[in-house]
Amino acid sequence: MSKQQQYRIKVNGQEETITAEPRELLIYTLREHLNLTGPHIGCETSHCGACTVTMNRKSVKACTVFIAQADGAEITTIEGLGDPDVLHPLQEAFREHHGLQCGYCTPGMITRAARLLEENPDPTDEDIRFGMAGNLCRCTGYQNIVKSIKAAARTMNETREAAE
Amino acid sequence: MNDMSPDRAERSEKLNGLGCSRKRVEDARFTQGKGNYVDDIKLDGMLSGDFVRSPYAHAKVVNISTEKALEVPGVLAVLTATDLEPLNLHWMPTLAGDKQMVLADGKVLFQGQEVAFVVATDRFAAADGVEAVDVEYEELPVLTDPFEALKSDIVLREDLEKGADGAHGPRKHHNHIFTWEAGDKDATEQVLSHSDVVAEEMVYYHRTHPCPLETCGCVASMDKVNGKLTLWGTFQAPHAIRTVVSLISGIEEHNIRIVSPDIGGGFGNKVGAYPGYVCSVVASIVTGKPVKWIEDRMDNLMATAFARDYWMQGKIAATKEGKITGLWCHTTADHGGFDACADPSKFPAGFMSICTGSYDIPTAYLAVDGVYTNKAPGGVAYRCSFRVTEAAYFVERMMEVLAIELNMDAAELRRINFIRKDQFPYQSALGWEYDSGDYHAAWDKALAAVDYAGLRREQAERIEAFKAGHTRKLLGIGLTHFTEIVGAGPVKNCDILGLGMFDSCEIRIHPTGSALARIGAISQGQGHATTFAQILASEIGLPAESITVEQGDTDTAPYGLGTYGSRSTPVSGAATALAGRKIRAKAQMIAAYLLEVHDDDVEFDVDRFVVKGAPERFKTMKEIAFAAYNQAVPGIEPGLEAVSYYDPPNMTYPFGAYICVMEIDVDTGEHDIRQFYALDDCGTRINPMIIEGQVHGGLTEALAIAMGQEIAYDDMGNVKTGTLMDFFLPTVCETPHYTTDYTTTPSPHHPIGAKGVGESPNVGGVPAFSNAVHDAFRAFGLRQSHMPHDQWRVWKIANDLGLHN
Amino acid sequence: MIPAAFEYYRPRDISSAVSLLDQFGDEARVIAGGHSLIPMMKLRMADVPHLVDLQDLDELSGIEVGDTIKIGAMTTQYEMINDDDLADVAPILREAALQIADPQVRYMGTIGGNVANGDPGNDLPGLMQCLDAVYSVVSSDGKRTIPAREFYKAAFSTARKDTEILTSVSFCAPKGGCAYVKQKRKIGDYATAAAAVQIERQGDRCTAASIAMTNLSDIPVWSEAAASALLDTGVDEGAVKSAVSGMLGDIDPAEDNRGPVAFKRHVAGVILTRAISSAWARA
Repeated sequence: MSKQQQYRIKVNGQEETITAEPRELLIYTLREHLNLTGPHIGCETSHCGACTVTMNRKSVKACTVFIAQADGAEITTIEGLGDPDVLHPLQEAFREHHGLQCGYCTPGMITRAARLLEENPDPTDEDIRFGMAGNLCRCTGYQNIVKSIKAAARTMNETREAAE
Repeated sequence: MNDMSPDRAERSEKLNGLGCSRKRVEDARFTQGKGNYVDDIKLDGMLSGDFVRSPYAHAKVVNISTEKALEVPGVLAVLTATDLEPLNLHWMPTLAGDKQMVLADGKVLFQGQEVAFVVATDRFAAADGVEAVDVEYEELPVLTDPFEALKSDIVLREDLEKGADGAHGPRKHHNHIFTWEAGDKDATEQVLSHSDVVAEEMVYYHRTHPCPLETCGCVASMDKVNGKLTLWGTFQAPHAIRTVVSLISGIEEHNIRIVSPDIGGGFGNKVGAYPGYVCSVVASIVTGKPVKWIEDRMDNLMATAFARDYWMQGKIAATKEGKITGLWCHTTADHGGFDACADPSKFPAGFMSICTGSYDIPTAYLAVDGVYTNKAPGGVAYRCSFRVTEAAYFVERMMEVLAIELNMDAAELRRINFIRKDQFPYQSALGWEYDSGDYHAAWDKALAAVDYAGLRREQAERIEAFKAGHTRKLLGIGLTHFTEIVGAGPVKNCDILGLGMFDSCEIRIHPTGSALARIGAISQGQGHATTFAQILASEIGLPAESITVEQGDTDTAPYGLGTYGSRSTPVSGAATALAGRKIRAKAQMIAAYLLEVHDDDVEFDVDRFVVKGAPERFKTMKEIAFAAYNQAVPGIEPGLEAVSYYDPPNMTYPFGAYICVMEIDVDTGEHDIRQFYALDDCGTRINPMIIEGQVHGGLTEALAIAMGQEIAYDDMGNVKTGTLMDFFLPTVCETPHYTTDYTTTPSPHHPIGAKGVGESPNVGGVPAFSNAVHDAFRAFGLRQSHMPHDQWRVWKIANDLGLHN
Repeated sequence: MIPAAFEYYRPRDISSAVSLLDQFGDEARVIAGGHSLIPMMKLRMADVPHLVDLQDLDELSGIEVGDTIKIGAMTTQYEMINDDDLADVAPILREAALQIADPQVRYMGTIGGNVANGDPGNDLPGLMQCLDAVYSVVSSDGKRTIPAREFYKAAFSTARKDTEILTSVSFCAPKGGCAYVKQKRKIGDYATAAAAVQIERQGDRCTAASIAMTNLSDIPVWSEAAASALLDTGVDEGAVKSAVSGMLGDIDPAEDNRGPVAFKRHVAGVILTRAISSAWARA
């Protein structure tokens, strides 16, 4: 055990102070200190993406980031993407197009897709596949995930155009 | 009140019942990160447990020293077999009638075996404690090959009495577990020796692992005040777990509550009982606090529930015209260090005897020998019904080999041997009664959909181009027609640990016309809360949106054997439909009373009972529900509830035709799946959207297995594929686009004609991918090459055939 | 998978960072993106009592594009991929970086970490040898440079001393045509075999060539024999075959889950042939 330290992170818009050992992985901070249990633990070796969150505008695997490294960072989890009254278009699209089954990969999948669409608002199927390569799903065979992301992109673009 | 009624179709549509692609009710919480999986559970004072695991595949445990671990801040206890022995919990019964060490009792039999259980205040301290436990081992010689094991002097299981029978009859050798036979040995050998053509081949289905994205885990909480144990966990069969926990712990069953919260994929991995559950329960009893145990991915791949590992020696006989006359199979089954297969008790090799497949084979014989080795125990039905995927792979490979032997087209060979539509119900040579099917219709539809003749022409051209040096890519056309056997099963021959494999449903209709249904099955992503409400909506005429489906809590759900082997729809779904019919029967009496006619003078019409011949006189189910609670109906109890326990009269037999078109680079061994067509016939279709999703997912797992997903051991019994770096799970980039299709041949004995679908794509997909690889090289002389077809093995096929010269 | 406990430091400048390394010697490790080191720590295969995080060292970031290209060690693969100036001058960097791991890892993984940790599976060391890059390192004794072609000693063993920090990677703007071709089991995987090739041509003659191979030995393999076989040829089939045979004399692959040695050697030849053909077409 090493000494516990204080860390400050901003999660889903809220400033949080965490007391933890530096070796604590960000995924545990989120899940166990902050009760944000949306991001999940799947492989622990940065292969599956179930723990994906957005940190400083990057999609990262929270199982491979120490809380000490995240000190000062701004983080968004699935819980920060939409709320029950106003779902994120990706959340709507995954339901509409059956882009999930057991739901375990879904928070990481949607969080990653949200970042992908920020960087590339009008992706081709190929762009989506390449951009989602860091997230494993064991249930869906991905076909409906690609479909969901594409549909969400369309919705978001239409909303954007309507606003302009 | 009885104003203008909307037309029937419109009323029916409003129910969101059987046959519509209803959106899933589960998704709102999953998409918002509000699922509740076992690792999300947080209780006051909860402790964390973690295992010390064996680095060796076979070793004596000379000494376990826990002192240093107990000095680690936060570590509260370290359990070893010595601590569990007084409670008689150092061993536990397996589902296959064997017993398994909970913690190493003097020796270890596989790498990753549980040796000691460290209990600490949090997972960090527990991990530090695991590092600090000092175990002294004395290495023993290792057996990783089942054929070797059957000849070796090395005794793996000294605990078993020499010469005594095992759970499934006589043991022929100290590393032998059982021999299981089906069919007529003598008659089959006769046929083999008198047939025009006999093709013989060894077909190996390698060891793999279900590897759901969520690993196994539990939280055990012993409430010493009330004497009640609550165990939350990743259980595909919560009631069976309750009974097992009661039997081995001595806690009375009413004082045990098992809860399966949301499960992050199961695929068979979460059927069995694991040492982690036992240790967590003991630790909670010892400490008086809740104890959580969650596997990490390496634990999961090394220690819990592998699948397959079947060596299937086959002989198939036919006339020179290609009519099959007999099938013979001898399987050597590697079960690892303990026999912990999850099969119905009377079927130690599961339903391997479905290995005559979709074909009318008059004579057949199957023998399976189970063998102990220094590998992890398991042998679960990984996205299949008890060894059906092994059986389907075997027969679909043997058909290809026979086609080669006969120099026939493999599609035509299948066609002339299919069981005909008019032969159903069909009695197979190995003892099953197939319920229904129309294989020729499915096959013709599939071949037409892909332009099979055109594909074969293209393949012939490709071979010429390859020979002329114009291309280095070959084209493989992988054919499969599979028949599944699911929905275990009839209590007369299907039980697990003596528990009959029926299933159940309990329904309460609330006064305002909404409902709560509780079932014995448990979803791991299949969407029961959505589809079971659809079954009920059609049965009881209330909208699916008004029906909540609950599952997974043994304090509330009726007893059931859980979800695996595609049994939810065939068994629990049937129970649900029948419970709905009980509701409807009572509703009919109430309606008749309200409408002041005789019971027989009203009939059910979508969402209401109408007076026969006078449809303007009716009572809706909503009205009837209210009446059940506010009217004194003579001779009828108040309320509107029903329970149904369903013992299926037979299994169901879903089937399908799959065709895979694959490009193979002979120089690198890389492949590219150009087309995959999947036709499934799962009987009555409850929710086409969910069926399609199941097919996509099952095919992707089949792709993984066929093309690389392997639990590989070296000669020392070390697991070479213990992380997702090396254990192949396809990403979206390796996964092709699938085209799905269907025919509908309802099951004649199932209340709604449904057969189950979740496992078909895995069962049929594996041979389709594998046959495509084989087919690409058929013109160059390939007969059989073992899976997985990863790049180097495909390259080796080409190399062995001289294609690199 | 929980790593052993460690002390964590996040120095604000290079001199503080190097003095931490002086203080703790081989008990300290620097961390950049951490996607090689953290999994090793979690598996308890790397013991790191003192972890020095370089993320606040601004002087280690940034991409300078001119006749010489200088990439700060903390530049992520994501930043390399998205730097259009870099892509104009040295598109091979984007081509290679896109073949590393997956999107999440590329946001975190840095060029410095990729070239410095000595993992034979990493893609950039071979590429850097191909491009004849030099690595700048700094310690309390001052700065020095080490050519990429002399940097790798054995698996996870390099010419960088424990007390040195790799600060940047520099190379001349590549001339001619380049290609990075990689065979892997699936996306995100390390190479079964990969080839980095740079070719300059005048008319139909090859005037300069450089070839390096990834994950076919315990260090990246810069093959002079392979490159010289192309020199002053028309990069015809015979020349390519000689290059492949030169390369095969330099690699020394080991059997692993990706396959046996014979397979890897064969694939190395195929991949190199493809890389040469692609680089030649671009030259």
